[in-house]
Amino acid sequence: MKRWVRPLIALLAAVSLGAVAHAQIVIKPAVVFSTGGKFDKSFNEGVWQGAERFKKETGIAVAEFEPSNETQFEQVLRRFAQRGQDPIIAVGFAQAVALEKVAKEFPNVHFTLIDSVVNLPNVQSVVFREQEGSFLVGMLAAMASKTGKIGFVGGMDIPLVRRFQCGFEQGIKYANPNAELITNMTGTTPAAWNDPGRGAELAKGQFDRGVDVVYAAAGSTGLGILQATRDRGKLGIGVDSNQNHLHPGNMLTSMLKRVDLAAYNSFKAAQDNQWKGGTQVLGLKEGGVDWALDKDNEKLITPQMKAAVDAAKAAIISGQIVVHDYMSNNSCKS
Amino acid sequence: MEEALSLVTATLAATLRVATPLVLCAMGGLFSEKSGILDVGLEGKMLMAAFFAAATASLTGSAWMGVGAAILAAEVLALLHGFACITHRGNQVVSGIAINILAMGLTVVLGAAWFGRGGQTPPLTGTERLNPIFFPVAGDNILVYGALLAVPFTWWLIARTRFGLRLRAVGEVPLAVDAAGISVSWLRYRAVLLCGLFAGLAGAYLSIAQNAGFSRDMTAGQGFIALAAIIFGRWRPVPAFGACLAFGLLDAIAIRLQGVRLPGVGEVPVQLIQAMPYLLTLFLLAGFIGRTVAPKAAGVPYEKEP
Repeated sequence: MKRWVRPLIALLAAVSLGAVAHAQIVIKPAVVFSTGGKFDKSFNEGVWQGAERFKKETGIAVAEFEPSNETQFEQVLRRFAQRGQDPIIAVGFAQAVALEKVAKEFPNVHFTLIDSVVNLPNVQSVVFREQEGSFLVGMLAAMASKTGKIGFVGGMDIPLVRRFQCGFEQGIKYANPNAELITNMTGTTPAAWNDPGRGAELAKGQFDRGVDVVYAAAGSTGLGILQATRDRGKLGIGVDSNQNHLHPGNMLTSMLKRVDLAAYNSFKAAQDNQWKGGTQVLGLKEGGVDWALDKDNEKLITPQMKAAVDAAKAAIISGQIVVHDYMSNNSCKS
Repeated sequence: MEEALSLVTATLAATLRVATPLVLCAMGGLFSEKSGILDVGLEGKMLMAAFFAAATASLTGSAWMGVGAAILAAEVLALLHGFACITHRGNQVVSGIAINILAMGLTVVLGAAWFGRGGQTPPLTGTERLNPIFFPVAGDNILVYGALLAVPFTWWLIARTRFGLRLRAVGEVPLAVDAAGISVSWLRYRAVLLCGLFAGLAGAYLSIAQNAGFSRDMTAGQGFIALAAIIFGRWRPVPAFGACLAFGLLDAIAIRLQGVRLPGVGEVPVQLIQAMPYLLTLFLLAGFIGRTVAPKAAGVPYEKEP
């Protein structure tokens, strides 16, 4: 039965697309990355991949800007809007304030904000239920850990990163109530997203305390964390993009946050004249978050682990398991 | 008990790892400052060295080529600083800051042009890095031992050799050195070159020993902390080394204290722990070390009597 389901869906989709046949309009899209930099192998790089995919499929050029510090956000958003770039994707919660200001100045320009919410008619806010994906990788960590001690290294200490941590912790406890979680934050300023040296030190500190699986949710800082993980022969968990390829054999999995889809869909919708403002919340159900399984980590994931995670995933989607959101009450206790 | 002991050794190992670039940088800065040339540009030299170390190691596959390139890059900036401050008697602080800005921009621009990774170099593996020698867990690569040897070497060179005596003299009363028929400029150039050598090693340590590749602004202010260590150590190698270790230890403890519940206090906030090195700086500067005595001629360009 399964064999003909997919082609059928594809056919239906093609027919419905043909029937609707949106009039495509000419757009001049742009992306403003966050301070982690375009090639952080993680969050920003995911957006870049989405933009690249759009570029390849449509041949439309995408303007890009990589700010060297957060004071440039407002300036470059305004500059792009003045130059007629539309839609403009702003990557990262740190751009919210700047974007709100600029979006008010240019009510006819469409903005997409990833990872935070701005309530304006010309702003599309895309946020994720990171706690759900983190829950799943937390289960994997608990099942893979031999010492029962698991580490979390976050980037900047903000509620968003605590949300990753909190979901991770719930997943760990779900799989193994006796497991212990050791949490570190890299810093309290945006520089914490870009400090691999400190990330590596934090990870080593955790290993010295018995940790054998560490979850890096820290942008470019994560590269240092995962490098230290490889150097010590422990297991690492990547974040946002699929980072399994960084150190095959030492990467347990990655928590996928499909910012690439968010970016691609936003451009595509604009091109099809279907762009809408408002807030999108993407979780497991919407395919916005997930865990990564590929040739680089398939040896580390036993069939039992996979079965347990798949079951939990189905339970979260159906609502049987509710993963508490740290940001709902600024606490990891519901 | 055994667990506590291993935690202590692990913390000490972390202290050394974190302190190594500070020690190398501080020893370099000492030579320069002792000769009367302030070096605010330590940070920039280290950053440039870190970039060229990683870039060269990645292209040639050899960590040692990387170390060579790091030293070369730092020496070029050191000579630039010397040219501005010694030959042309420019303002030493301005020149140092210019070098920092230059390094910050140039590393990212070159990195983006050569590797197309937004200023990062490709990740380094195997022989492209300086790997630990005896204890893989502690991360004791050759530059860690190099930093430990740099301290007695610096002390010996400054306190026990003729070159050192002249170096100290030129930082206090350059006129006397000049009157004795010794070239002030040549002495100061040599000091600045020594500074470049050590800053180069510090940079190489950051990108090819401690980490596996360059990422932008990876020095993260460590050049300035080394500068503070020099001041704490009152421009003497061994106390400056002690100050570097203190910073390293605080950092190592801070890392391990995060999220730990202390009896009676509860969980210590991240912010407080991360402010500790700065609090210590204030505390020490405010009363502990007393008056700091910089070399008298530091920061003053030497002009020969017409």
